[in-house]
Amino acid sequence: MTGMRLARRARPIGWLARRSVRQFLLRALSLVLITLGGIVLLVPLLWMISTSLKTNAEAFIFPPRWIPRHPLWSNYPLALTTIDYFLYLRNTVFITFGALLGQVLSASLVAFAFARLRSRFRDAMFIVLLATMMLPGQVTLVPVYLMFRAFGWLNTFLPLIVPAYFGGGAFSIFLLRQFFSTLPVELDDAAKIDGCGSFTIYSRIILPLAKPALATVAIFGFFGYWNDFMGPLIYLSKNSLYTLSLGLQFYVSSEGQVQWNLMMAATCVSILPLLVVFFSAQRTFVQGVALTGLKG
Amino acid sequence: MRPLAWVRQRGAGRMERREERDFFLFSAPWTIGFLIFTLGPMLVSFAMSFMRYDVLTPPQLIGFENYRIMFSTDPLFWQALKVTFIYTLGSVPLGIVAALLVAILMNQQVKGIYVFRTVYYLPSLITGVPAALLWMWILNPSVGLINYGLSLVGIKGPAWLFSETWVIPALIMMSLWGIGGPMIIYLASLQGVPKHLLEAAEIDGAGTLSRFWHVTIPMISPVIFFNLVMSIIGSFQVFTSAFVMTQGGPANASLFYVLYLYRNAFSYFKMGYASALAWVLFAVIMFFSLLVVKSSPAWVYYEGAVRR
Repeated sequence: MTGMRLARRARPIGWLARRSVRQFLLRALSLVLITLGGIVLLVPLLWMISTSLKTNAEAFIFPPRWIPRHPLWSNYPLALTTIDYFLYLRNTVFITFGALLGQVLSASLVAFAFARLRSRFRDAMFIVLLATMMLPGQVTLVPVYLMFRAFGWLNTFLPLIVPAYFGGGAFSIFLLRQFFSTLPVELDDAAKIDGCGSFTIYSRIILPLAKPALATVAIFGFFGYWNDFMGPLIYLSKNSLYTLSLGLQFYVSSEGQVQWNLMMAATCVSILPLLVVFFSAQRTFVQGVALTGLKG
Repeated sequence: MRPLAWVRQRGAGRMERREERDFFLFSAPWTIGFLIFTLGPMLVSFAMSFMRYDVLTPPQLIGFENYRIMFSTDPLFWQALKVTFIYTLGSVPLGIVAALLVAILMNQQVKGIYVFRTVYYLPSLITGVPAALLWMWILNPSVGLINYGLSLVGIKGPAWLFSETWVIPALIMMSLWGIGGPMIIYLASLQGVPKHLLEAAEIDGAGTLSRFWHVTIPMISPVIFFNLVMSIIGSFQVFTSAFVMTQGGPANASLFYVLYLYRNAFSYFKMGYASALAWVLFAVIMFFSLLVVKSSPAWVYYEGAVRR
């Protein structure tokens, strides 16, 4: 009896020990892999910073030096002036925030309709909305371009800003609608009994409760508009209207011999605003990305 | 009693009508936007695909000529299609597998794992022109980072963006730098796999691998499905990197479909032909999306769904 109990106890212990050794090894291995992968992903960024501090001659030394002999901080002011950085930055900020405002406002209105207001046409319209997510933008590219051209909107920011005020994209509407649907409908009913109309419910109840989802949509929108390339490329052809993306691109294509050190410095400073936004809103952002995946 | 019921009914009817009216008011931005920026242009673009239009002279109806030229006498159309296919075939499966593997490694209770999550996510923020410029420099054949790395292990690296053979692999490699986005989505879905299922499988004697294969994968398969569709759609629309890094070269080896479409529309001003190209792209994307959707009952598991 006692022997049996001992034996029974002994076996699991030995098995456990072997198992925990295996688990330890597995965990160590995965940590090594994660670290290696992380280094591989970060090295391009370090490489960019390193190049941005070299002379152009030092940038072409092989094998490369990771730490420049004399860090050339003056590359940064030089890069900022050679590409009209602050002008492009101002244009980019203007377009981004102009469009962002419209996107958040209109997407939240429409999402409220789809989440909270009943209509015979609602489901059919929602299916159409979802279907537009599958439509590649190229299908409407040419007619929309010709339309804005007919409006005389070429070489203005309007083609890049105005469409955002009309729904702000199916994806943002979808995301907000999913979030609004999770809020208890009793809140609306209570407000209705108190005599509130739909707009009051939207602005006083739903919007304040949906701040995380609104922030997610705004951050996605920010990155989308900030990085947009094809839109500015098609609609803006004057240097004074260029966005950062366009300015950087034309700097490269117009220079015969690219000065990679300056190029990397300029790239660095054009990424910087994105990183600032990311790190200051990291929690919301990561949660938001996860939210999109799960609801999708 | 009777009048009251009548009032109530009438009141409810008015409320309903009001709600319906509010629905149309609130959804109006999208409805109007859909008509002006989506449906209208779609119809126009479809009509234009049967026309010749160079912006300067009035459009001219030419029937199926654009499509005929595309399929029979335009080698660049086939080249663009081929380039885009090969890129998709490489980048989509690799991206999905890599993002999933990283997410699995990240899904551990280890101190400081948050730092790693940020590190892996960071590159996916850098897209568009800055990413293209950075990678042009990294892929530089003589002093670039990649060929420097290869030289350390005694390999002489190829010319990458300047090589017809290596330009697409180079761009696929670059696309893997941005797996952080899908990784976060997988990570969230991995954390949503119910613990009790994994424990039940463990009690039944399932090892780590078989638990992963028979419990985790089915539970997250809807997310894999979603990412698969989205990344197929995305990879058929690659534009910026090709435009900035290679201009479609060398010898059209990186002539991505949308780059070719852009050139037809805005360099050659063949608006009709560009519209026809766009509709073929739409058809191709729909075909592949439907293929994935049709295959999904075989491998996507929806909790609570009835098996047919």
